[in-house]
Amino acid sequence: MSVEYNKEHRIPVPTLHPDNQGFWEAVQRKELVLQRCKGCGTWSHPPRPMCPNCRSLEREWSPASGKGTVFSWVTYREAPHPGFKAPYVVVLVELEEGARLVSNLVDVGPEEIAIGMPVEVVFDQVNDETFLPKFRKAG
Amino acid sequence: MDGIKDKAAIVGVALSEFSADAGKTELRMSCEVIKAALDDAGLVVTDVDGLVKQSEDASDEHAVTSSMGMGNLTYFGEVKWGAAPCAMVLRSAVAVAAGSAKCVVVYRAVNGSSKLRMIPSMKTSGQMSTSDLLEWTFHCPYGLMTETGRVAMLVRRYMHETGAGAEQFGWVTTVCRENGAGNPEGLYHEKPITLEDYLASRIVVDPLRDLDCYKESDCAAAFVITTPEMAKDLKQKPAVIRGCAQSMVGETERMNSYYRPDIARLPEVGRVAERMFRTAGVRPQDIDVAQLDDAYAPLVPLQLEELGFCGRGEGAAYCEGGDRIRLGGEIPLNTSGGSLGEGHIHGMNHVVEAVRQIRGTSTGQVKGAELALVITGAGGPAAGLILGR
Amino acid sequence: MAMQYIEGIPLLRPYVDHDNKGFWDAIREHRLVFQKCKDCGLIVHRPRPMCPQCLSTERDWAPSEGKGRIYTYVDFVYQNASYPGIQVPYVVVVVEMIEGVRMISNMIEESAEDIYIGMPVEVVFDDIAEDLTLPKFRRVKE
Repeated sequence: MSVEYNKEHRIPVPTLHPDNQGFWEAVQRKELVLQRCKGCGTWSHPPRPMCPNCRSLEREWSPASGKGTVFSWVTYREAPHPGFKAPYVVVLVELEEGARLVSNLVDVGPEEIAIGMPVEVVFDQVNDETFLPKFRKAG
Repeated sequence: MDGIKDKAAIVGVALSEFSADAGKTELRMSCEVIKAALDDAGLVVTDVDGLVKQSEDASDEHAVTSSMGMGNLTYFGEVKWGAAPCAMVLRSAVAVAAGSAKCVVVYRAVNGSSKLRMIPSMKTSGQMSTSDLLEWTFHCPYGLMTETGRVAMLVRRYMHETGAGAEQFGWVTTVCRENGAGNPEGLYHEKPITLEDYLASRIVVDPLRDLDCYKESDCAAAFVITTPEMAKDLKQKPAVIRGCAQSMVGETERMNSYYRPDIARLPEVGRVAERMFRTAGVRPQDIDVAQLDDAYAPLVPLQLEELGFCGRGEGAAYCEGGDRIRLGGEIPLNTSGGSLGEGHIHGMNHVVEAVRQIRGTSTGQVKGAELALVITGAGGPAAGLILGR
Repeated sequence: MAMQYIEGIPLLRPYVDHDNKGFWDAIREHRLVFQKCKDCGLIVHRPRPMCPQCLSTERDWAPSEGKGRIYTYVDFVYQNASYPGIQVPYVVVVVEMIEGVRMISNMIEESAEDIYIGMPVEVVFDDIAEDLTLPKFRRVKE
């Protein structure tokens, strides 16, 4: 299953902000990037203006492999927003790089979901302007 | 008379440039200026154990701790309006004078000219608060939009790591409702439930059931706190504060950070517990009655683990059967019903109930209760209280 | 000259709640009332849930004579620093009513040049829209 939308109601789309813009610009190009510290190489997600490890302000966007595993997931039985059709799954993916991403699964049956399941990123166009990174079973 | 005189000093200051458009977010400006003030003081981020902000600042304390890697805050809070600069110093001075923190940072960052505030509910500069920004950017587009869903993500992981399940979590709600059934002022007076009722309740956000979750209610509560000297002459038997602590740890959000190495734990509760027990000079086994944060039943076992009533991963099994946590058990919990069995006012009734236990006036009185414990804020920055006679 | 509201820009409606509803219901009926304590008789404005003098929550609404004097005022002359939905210039007054309370309002006709601190005024009611009536003031001949 994948998340289905009620097209008459616009789902919330990411709020862009100078500290997170690089992530979403890459998603529009169908690339997954993570923020990384130029000083010590620590990955930060969600993006932060400063490195929590070495406190450097030198940040960069570094390509991520797009591969990871399911760390946890929930199933909404009732949609909290009219844009979403219930039931739907929200997943927390642990990427190879160590960072975690909240997302949705694509083409994964409810009985297949398991913590530790290998996944890889895909890019789903949810409306005219917006792509979202989502995950399918790794090949 | 004023106990803060000469008990605190400002040791570092920093002021950024003024501009019409800083070209940076307020969060970035906050991090930069805090670092500059620490440099001025000759201190480092890991020295900081307190943080105070102005209420309307868009940069929430936890965005600052997460960005700067502040690992262990024992004091944090906010102050409103124009008085803030000196009032924030007052808050910090009180904390330092009382020993609640050793090194408190106060900050403020405003894009007052480059952003124009049009909507009063947005923070001073018109920027969305950093907590809301995280939710709206990285969670809501995927449909993770409710607190129940956010807690469910953590609970699933806990179940995976410990083997805990509904047959154990359900005892929390069952015991809370048992206690609430004996409370004439609560919403569930004479309405206990059984474990079977719990297991039959519908799944709201898998794995959380309807009977795992609090229901919103209209309610109000207030406390009055004075010195022991003043308390001596007043009407009620005082509930003396033996220990009281707060905690915020490094990578955190207002509730349920998914971005820490381990998400199925409540480290803030652990830190609060350690500090409170140390201050009060008591151990978990000395506590006679506990009011734990039962907004979500599965978070109660995690609190029992962090408080040291049982080992890591044993909290759910500890609750199974209900005997250890009901009246007469090892540690009676939520004796007036709590959020799940009395009503939800975000933990205020838990403090009221702890006071009543010390006074001997509870509807679920633990005989001879001398030490009462409260935890509020499970799942994010947390706080706790130990009251005694 | 009368205040000019700019077409297309919504005027904020008063937020009506349990505590102030009596005030706004009366305004809609072209009556000015102030909140009065049933127990000690203290009159207050703005409406609030508890009497600040005796802490009673027994609140009542007492009719006002509608008369007072201008206590202070502001003349909004620069559109960018004013509410976009009202054409500058417009005056906002604080009127001290004979009941002893103060209220913020506008003059229904008079401009800044026509008014002065201490000027006697009386209330009138402006039916601005289907769902919006506001109390305003005009000069009273002394």
